[in-house]
Amino acid sequence: MMNQYETVFIATPVLSEPQIKEAVKKFRDIITDNGGELIHEEDWGMKKLAYPIMKKSTGFYHLFEFKSTPAFVDKLETEFRRDEKVIRFMTVKLDKYAAEYSQKRRNLLKEKATEKEE
Amino acid sequence: MTANSSEIRYLTPPSVEIKKKKYCRLKKNGIKYVDYKDPEFLKKFLNEQGKILPRRLTGTSLKFQRKVARSIKRARHLALLPYVTDMLK
Repeated sequence: MMNQYETVFIATPVLSEPQIKEAVKKFRDIITDNGGELIHEEDWGMKKLAYPIMKKSTGFYHLFEFKSTPAFVDKLETEFRRDEKVIRFMTVKLDKYAAEYSQKRRNLLKEKATEKEE
Repeated sequence: MTANSSEIRYLTPPSVEIKKKKYCRLKKNGIKYVDYKDPEFLKKFLNEQGKILPRRLTGTSLKFQRKVARSIKRARHLALLPYVTDMLK
């Protein structure tokens, strides 16, 4: 059984640009190597946190949208917990309305990206 | 004199406001999914201290109030919205 999930995680701001790319790649690989199907990925970049987490007031946000089995989510979350570069994470199951919404959102983002190119 | 006594006079004219009918803005706009990634939208359902406004003030339908509440709590977890604050708006 495959469900659609969405994960947002926050990495510490002390990391350098390549370190973050590496961390993102690590989790991307975890998803794809375990039979997950990556649908969408979004980098929100450095954002100010609404309240301090682990004495940090900013963080790098990253979003993954993927299809996988429910058992895999547990595995992914353990990896998040083990990684000290990640200060916060959340995985959410997307129901049909949410999936529809994220589809729309993706299309909007795509349109914006193409507009910029033109 | 008898005609005057029945006549009630106010110092300030009584405000006869017609109550505006509250409506659920989510239902009206055909929103099916409340996104937790959009804090600006969720702020409409918070007061200055970052508390969730009750349904009786916003007029949100029960179904959407539950969805809004869940999205706000998710946004708070991801530090997109504060748990406690002053002067949010």
